[in-house]
Amino acid sequence: MRVADVEMHFGGIVALAGVSFEVGRRQICGLIGPNGSGKTTMFNCISGFYRHSRGDIVFDGTSLTGMARHRMIDLGIGRTFQNVALFRSMTVRDNMLVGAHHLGRTGFIANALRLGRATAEEAAARRRGAEILALLELEEVADEVVSALPFGTRKRVELARALISEPKLLLLDEPAGGLTHGEVDELGALILKLRQSFDMSILLVEHHMSLVMSVSDKVVALEFGRKIADGTPDEVRNEPEVIRAYLGEGDDEHA
Amino acid sequence: MRIMSSRLVLVLLVLAMAVVPLFVSSGYQLFQFTMVVAYALAVLGVNLVTGYNGQISLGHGAFYAIGAYVTAIMMDHWDLPYWSTLPVAAVICAGVGFLLGLPALRLGGLYLALTTLALAAAVPQLLKYDLFEGWTGGVQGISIIKPDAPFGLPLNADQWLYLFSFAVAVVLFISAWNLVNGRIGRALKAIRDQPLAAEAMGIDLAQLKTRTFAASAMYTGIAGSIAAIAVQFVSPDSFASALSITLFVGMVVGGAASISGAVFGALFIQFIPNIADQVSKAAPGAVYGLILIVFMFVAPGGIASLVRKWWPAGGSRARST
Repeated sequence: MRVADVEMHFGGIVALAGVSFEVGRRQICGLIGPNGSGKTTMFNCISGFYRHSRGDIVFDGTSLTGMARHRMIDLGIGRTFQNVALFRSMTVRDNMLVGAHHLGRTGFIANALRLGRATAEEAAARRRGAEILALLELEEVADEVVSALPFGTRKRVELARALISEPKLLLLDEPAGGLTHGEVDELGALILKLRQSFDMSILLVEHHMSLVMSVSDKVVALEFGRKIADGTPDEVRNEPEVIRAYLGEGDDEHA
Repeated sequence: MRIMSSRLVLVLLVLAMAVVPLFVSSGYQLFQFTMVVAYALAVLGVNLVTGYNGQISLGHGAFYAIGAYVTAIMMDHWDLPYWSTLPVAAVICAGVGFLLGLPALRLGGLYLALTTLALAAAVPQLLKYDLFEGWTGGVQGISIIKPDAPFGLPLNADQWLYLFSFAVAVVLFISAWNLVNGRIGRALKAIRDQPLAAEAMGIDLAQLKTRTFAASAMYTGIAGSIAAIAVQFVSPDSFASALSITLFVGMVVGGAASISGAVFGALFIQFIPNIADQVSKAAPGAVYGLILIVFMFVAPGGIASLVRKWWPAGGSRARST
């Protein structure tokens, strides 16, 4: 995926002032930055929730600029949400199966009459779903309604829903937000495990510095809508601009 | 094993519902039960679009009226058999529902409720309109004749119509159950619960919502057809906007997003007004309101959720019953 010179304005405010970077195949890319740096805006531009004002985002040779949101997943872009956006009245399994929606083709009539096509499609989705539930250790709660589950579990349900969609690029929006210390460590191990089991790239937007630094192959740092660093975790960690942005040179205004 | 026994109980229950009224009910009671069947289908239609998909409709009486008039016009003007009018009403109502689904995309929540209510208010007047009078019979309405049982079956017209309606309803209820428990049903509920995430999962909101409106209108339209045959008469005043509200009440009392809830809701809207009338001739409306409130307290998730607790193998909460 290639992000080229993306700008985003909200009224007179410039949220992104020409950001460019690339995420390679099977790469884990961390996107970091202090609050208000534009990383969530960047994430929303890639996932199609915002329309960037200028520049282009290209995935696998296809431009995402102006693409309908429900078409993104067909290209292989899966995502999770910052504050967990599950279907609250549905079970864990059904939530996950919605992620397989775009892989199916049967409509109202085929489903209402249980035509062979519909049952075959359903069986295939449930089979793959069972594997993903096992991988994410969600089997025990598979038939529980999600709204009753703890936050950390719900985050894994979101991950399951994204994984069943067979993404080539997985966008994770602050996956560590709201998790306990132990859960963050488990999440890091899980992200690495997922990259091994699935042929996909991961773009990780995250506050939690140690998580980003421990799992990412490359890190992109933003500040005030500009890219201030782009490189391996070690390079970025030692970049004076990044240190200044985070520690603020005694200037706590944007710490 | 528990699933099997639960299914067996259900099949036996449905058979009993089909057969028992034939032997124990008078003609008028059978007529009432046929109306319950029609209402159950109509409420199921409302439930698909409002309960499952979250698009509030207070105008489904309009589809009920269209279905009823399609049947009445076909039987009266062209002498067509009653059964042939059902698929025609289904297709016409699905088409009208689809078209109404288009503006519904732009109107969220409460505004959609108001718009559909406006439709329900307009329909009786449209039916009286001079231009259509040759078809609709204007204020007079249309009278039709109740069909006799075919193939020399030893059933009277009331018994046959009940059985016929019941069979149609069983097929449509099973279809609806299949629908809401599969790929499309999950998508409908996903749109209701969290539209942004549904969209990110590749669900085309516009397409699903308009098609749901069409399917929902189809169910309610077929209900109107059955009701017209049972009542043997259609007139504009049978389809006042109160009918739409009644169907909405049936959905909520029976249980939103519940297939069996449509049956409970239909029983409620058919029989509770009669009971209220017996309790107080002076203020049946007030009694009805009181009963409604009691039901809301006793069964906050609808009657279906109350029944689910008592159902054998009651642990099947994963499914929409």
